[in-house]
Amino acid sequence: MRDGAQYLSLDSIDGSARLIVRGEWVLANYQAIERAIHAFLAQAGHASSAKQRRLPSALQVSGIDLSGLAAVDTAGAAQLARLIGPAHLSELLSQQDGLPAERLALLAAVAAAEPEAEPPGAPIPAWRELLGRIGMSVEHIWQLIVALLGFMGLTLEALGRNLFRPDRWRITAVVAQVEQSGLNAVPIVALLTFMVGAVIAFLGATVLADFGATIYTVTLVGFSFLREFAVLLTAILIAGRTASAYTAQLGSMKANQEIDAIRMMGLSPIDLLVVPRIIALLIAMPALTFVGMVSGIVGGMLVCAVALDISPSMFLTIFQRDIALRHFFLGMAKAPIFAYLIAIIGCLEGFKVRGSAQSVGEHTTSAVVQSIFVVILIDALAALFYMEMGW
Amino acid sequence: MVEAGTQTPIVQVRGLVNRFGSHVVHDGLDLDIRKGEILGVVGGSGTGKSVLLRSIVGLQPPAAGSIFIFGQDLLALPPERRTHIERRFGVMFQSGALFSSLTVIENVAVPLMEQAGLARPQAEALARSKIGLAGLPAEAGSQYPSSLSGGMVKRAALARALALDPDILFLDEPTAGLDPIGAGAFDRLIMTLRDALGLTVFLVTHDLDTLYASCDRVAVLSRKKVLAADTLERVEAIDDPWIREYFHGPRGRAAYRAAESRSAK
Repeated sequence: MRDGAQYLSLDSIDGSARLIVRGEWVLANYQAIERAIHAFLAQAGHASSAKQRRLPSALQVSGIDLSGLAAVDTAGAAQLARLIGPAHLSELLSQQDGLPAERLALLAAVAAAEPEAEPPGAPIPAWRELLGRIGMSVEHIWQLIVALLGFMGLTLEALGRNLFRPDRWRITAVVAQVEQSGLNAVPIVALLTFMVGAVIAFLGATVLADFGATIYTVTLVGFSFLREFAVLLTAILIAGRTASAYTAQLGSMKANQEIDAIRMMGLSPIDLLVVPRIIALLIAMPALTFVGMVSGIVGGMLVCAVALDISPSMFLTIFQRDIALRHFFLGMAKAPIFAYLIAIIGCLEGFKVRGSAQSVGEHTTSAVVQSIFVVILIDALAALFYMEMGW
Repeated sequence: MVEAGTQTPIVQVRGLVNRFGSHVVHDGLDLDIRKGEILGVVGGSGTGKSVLLRSIVGLQPPAAGSIFIFGQDLLALPPERRTHIERRFGVMFQSGALFSSLTVIENVAVPLMEQAGLARPQAEALARSKIGLAGLPAEAGSQYPSSLSGGMVKRAALARALALDPDILFLDEPTAGLDPIGAGAFDRLIMTLRDALGLTVFLVTHDLDTLYASCDRVAVLSRKKVLAADTLERVEAIDDPWIREYFHGPRGRAAYRAAESRSAK
């Protein structure tokens, strides 16, 4: 038997071509039928149409013989429809008789559903695709900045509007958020800054020992924690911990149409959901920063006591003598700014969620990445500014 | 279409008991599904229609009782034989349960690639035809489920349920949330597919029009059992307060009149 003839063959007596279809055209034989169609068309000398599993227009069949068709399901019917062309198959089916009605109904239903063949579009060259991608991501960043600035305006307006109306303060919501994002974060912030404080002290001890200046380890720890590390480490932790929580909370509310429901009650989602979160973080973040400063310095003090023989009381004396109070304020001043940015980025990404679980995940990731990026960027700018000001 | 009682049913549920904690949903429930029929399952909210569907397809292990499918006890079979039988099911869940990270075409192509072993281009070509069969426009194929309307999600879910050319199609409230025109088209689609493919359809529904338009038999779930499973005329005639309220209430009568006028034409 010729290859492919098991499923189909062409019968061209007296000038008109009839396609004879036989065998089991079912999903289990899908691959075999594909090969049979390919072999059949290749043999008839239509290599180009063999690739698309479609009869070429030159080879127009005027009839179709389905009497040998043992079984057919939608997969087989779809292959047949693609081979002959859906419109042409419908036409041929209407001339059929002697076929069981339900089989005819199946073939007709599939033929009606099969999309007509469309020419494939020309492929886009790689360099143009690359440029397109670059353009798209730049556009995306621009949109991100515009949206963030717009949201910043919205929240500042809401904050200002509610500031002098104590009856509109949502104390319960704020306290609940402070507990979640502030109080519950104390252990992790304290532990992390303690360990980094110890590491900094070790580092200082190693480097400064060469100059016989190990005593300056105290200054190093105090300086770095008051000005930079406490607030930066806390902000990064909060960005990972709280920004993601805000996005997921608001995002699942958005996906569940709860935000729309709030709006329909004549309430403002900004007042109800965003403002308490911002205020909560504005309270929690400086407090956590203070915890971070203390525990980082304690970490440094411990290393000084153990490795450098600088007793805690001596440590504190040097600390008090050498480090001015302004360093504390310079570090602390950044905490509310970071808190505000982290809170609005988390909330804004939550509002951007579009009704699916996948979208919640994407925006949560985006919120964490953006807030860490913004925190480090602002910190670098602040360091530059402080230096120029001679603070 | 179906010779009543002459064949062994393809699904036999015997003495099914389902309970969640102390809450008993089914208590000694019996039900047969015959080959080639469209069986409508009705019942008030909380009577365990969806739980029954989940029990039959094996998603909800019953507390007691047995379920025979194609003459085999699904629960007693080793996993690989069980998977083999489960491939002959097509299930359309209430909310569609489309994979939200995949496009509609990919959703339909997943079973074709994973179970039927087709290559991606072949599976996607076939998926396109199934999507057309379910009555979706071709351009919907490249969209993600989150951007589809409720009716389109139902059709996409049907296309996925039909992907492997199942023997039994389980539909959980297929017309809920569809507009009347869409729901009517869906009913006709189910009947066409049943006639063309020889499907057996298990249909959980609240839609009286669907019951009158397409179901061969109706099973009424009430008081933790199947109260009756018979043709619509005979079920309607049963003297039971719930059945009377359901079929002879204002909505039931309206659906009946609509079905009458359709068949008169």
